[in-house]
Amino acid sequence: MSATTYGWLVLAFPLLGMLIVSFGYRSLPGRSAGWIATGAIFLAFLAALGALISIQGHSPAHRQFVSSLWNYAVTAGVDAQMSILVDPLSVFMILTVTGVSTLIHLYSIAYVDEDRGFARYFSYLNFFVFSMLLLVLAANFLLLIIGWAFVGAASYLLISFWYRRTTATRAGIKAFVINVLGDVGLVLGTYFIFKHTGTLDLLKTFHRARAEAFGPVGSENGDLIAGCMLLLVGAFAKSAQVPLHTWLPDAMEGPTPVSALIHAATMVTAGVYLIARMHPLFELAPPAQDLGAIVGAATLLIAGTIGLVQTDVKRIIAYSTMSQIGYMIMAVCVGAYAAGLFHMMTHAFFKALLFMAAGSLIGAMAGEQSLERMGGFRRAMPFTYGCFLIGGLALSGIPPFSGFFSKDEILLITGEQGGWHWALYVAGYVGAFLTAIYTFRMIFRAFHGQPVPEARELEAGHLHHAEVPTNPATGEEEDTDVGFPGPVHAIAERALKMRVAMVALAVGAIGAGLLQVPRADYVVDDFLRPSFADSHLYETHTKNTLLVTGLILGTLLGLAGIAIAYRVWVARPGTAAVVRARARPAYVLFVNKWYFDELIAAAVVRPAAAAGRFAQDTFERVFVQDTLVGGTTGLIRAGSAAVRAAQSGFVRYYAGLLMIGVAGVGFYFLLQS
Amino acid sequence: MSIAWYLAVSAIVFALGAIGVITRRNPLVVLLCLELMLNGANLALIAFSRMWGNGDGQILALVVMTVAACEVCIGLGMIVAIYRRNLPIDVDEMRELQG
Repeated sequence: MSATTYGWLVLAFPLLGMLIVSFGYRSLPGRSAGWIATGAIFLAFLAALGALISIQGHSPAHRQFVSSLWNYAVTAGVDAQMSILVDPLSVFMILTVTGVSTLIHLYSIAYVDEDRGFARYFSYLNFFVFSMLLLVLAANFLLLIIGWAFVGAASYLLISFWYRRTTATRAGIKAFVINVLGDVGLVLGTYFIFKHTGTLDLLKTFHRARAEAFGPVGSENGDLIAGCMLLLVGAFAKSAQVPLHTWLPDAMEGPTPVSALIHAATMVTAGVYLIARMHPLFELAPPAQDLGAIVGAATLLIAGTIGLVQTDVKRIIAYSTMSQIGYMIMAVCVGAYAAGLFHMMTHAFFKALLFMAAGSLIGAMAGEQSLERMGGFRRAMPFTYGCFLIGGLALSGIPPFSGFFSKDEILLITGEQGGWHWALYVAGYVGAFLTAIYTFRMIFRAFHGQPVPEARELEAGHLHHAEVPTNPATGEEEDTDVGFPGPVHAIAERALKMRVAMVALAVGAIGAGLLQVPRADYVVDDFLRPSFADSHLYETHTKNTLLVTGLILGTLLGLAGIAIAYRVWVARPGTAAVVRARARPAYVLFVNKWYFDELIAAAVVRPAAAAGRFAQDTFERVFVQDTLVGGTTGLIRAGSAAVRAAQSGFVRYYAGLLMIGVAGVGFYFLLQS
Repeated sequence: MSIAWYLAVSAIVFALGAIGVITRRNPLVVLLCLELMLNGANLALIAFSRMWGNGDGQILALVVMTVAACEVCIGLGMIVAIYRRNLPIDVDEMRELQG
């Protein structure tokens, strides 16, 4: 089979799985919906492997395949086709997405086992993966936008999966609204680019951009820069970059495997992919690249500082995702495409692993997510602890875990650019240091120290259950009906499926870094090269001058961060309060998440709401309701009153009117003639 | 005789009928006055028929008589029905269809 046939199969399996589960959920016995969904994604993974083998069979110069199923509309100036592009970049993406998603599906079967929305959950999950695959396989802007919007819709469905929880529905709406903002950016950006190239097809667009559709190289066409900046807005919204990131921590309201899916495979990496895919355009628009790199660096620092002070386990991991995506955005904006995508892959492994471990931990706490109430789970949950530790070490960039190689390569290439990129380089290492601190703060607080009653209970062999299920965000009591998480929680120590998924991810988190060991092998670089053959930034780096410095610096900073975390939260438990008291303003700033929510509320939400109220009070009430609607009804009412008054019921009166009328008509004609 | 006399008589009869329809309140008399109006019109039709020397006007007059007969049937029937129900025999009292 050809590479594109495999590409279509990759799309077909999740779609089919979604259709089977969503239409046949009544007749699916037991937990089969979960297995069907998992099987569908696994088959897609196999098809992605097929695509990989198939494109590797061709010479590197001919590894881009486009296949079109049918045309939507092909007229003068528009070429909207149902077409997919299979090239090393998209194959890399579909492998990561389907691989990690399969494991998350498997984990989910155990995680939502008792949930009454079991089949609904898996149909959403398959739809989510399908949308993401559509996004990365799209060969034209139209299909890309469709996939992009589907991902937003699927994330809304899954974040507010427990739809009876008001906090969850509100978080879903927030995610959806911010994502729609990104969609608007993407669509407008596409328009600016389409205006000049006259084609929606990606490869043709890049070809025409190189053929100077935007003027000669280096001329920095204003439309192209505007278009790329708008694409960046889309990427920022989807990838949770400052200032469009506020939805991501709130999205933690969804089930934990959904968080893993959003963070590792199907959603936040879309922005990274978009910039990498659009690299021929971005390379012609250096201001857009610079903006992206600066925002990425700012995000990684801001998210890191917020992560230091949060107490909700899932939110800390969410901020670490923001921070890591910041690295990736920075990477693809400075031309370190392979490094950025490599980090995306390793991040997918260790972040999914961290979320799964966090899900298990939260299960042991009967839904409680606050670090304040956790502690000493090391002996009660050795497996979860091990997974958390592996994920944390990979996230902190400790050798030989995967995060070490990918993060350092990004910073290496950034540093080699010279000039003001040094600021990014420094920001990256500061971020790495912060990452190590907050990651191990989380681990030390949850697993070390005195065991909490829940941990003791688990050590005695009994899984803690809450008397009444409550919402961890607000503390209010909850029902156990459909639309709520319910009282039963799963932990990895008791569920084989969860352990299998976590072990597979742990292997990835430990070993994936070996794909690209400096001076030894460059598997990812070589594999992705055909997709970036036209890039003037790819492979121009020597990757040598800063190599050793960076590796040592990264290791030392990571270890220093862990040491500080150990000192503050294990060796001398009182230190945190002292530091907090000393650096009060910084603490207040970080714990309030840099006031981004308040800032957005003040700058956008409240003015918009005020404008809406004003329009309602003046325009709608006075003009629309009173003048237009009220005027029309008033006119008709007055007219009918006049006509009604003529209907007196007197026969003689009618006869008289008739005669007057006929006489009037007669006179008229008499006078006319 | 000029046609003007015929038309004058016709107009007078028609006008008398019309006045009767408007002024009288007894439905029986109203019906009679309607007949008067129709006959006024018939007279004019026959006069014109004579003037032109063809029978079209007379045919039309016959049609009018037929219609008048039907109308009287229905009208008288209604009056009898009103009478039987002990309703007032007065067109001004029967105004239930007012708006």
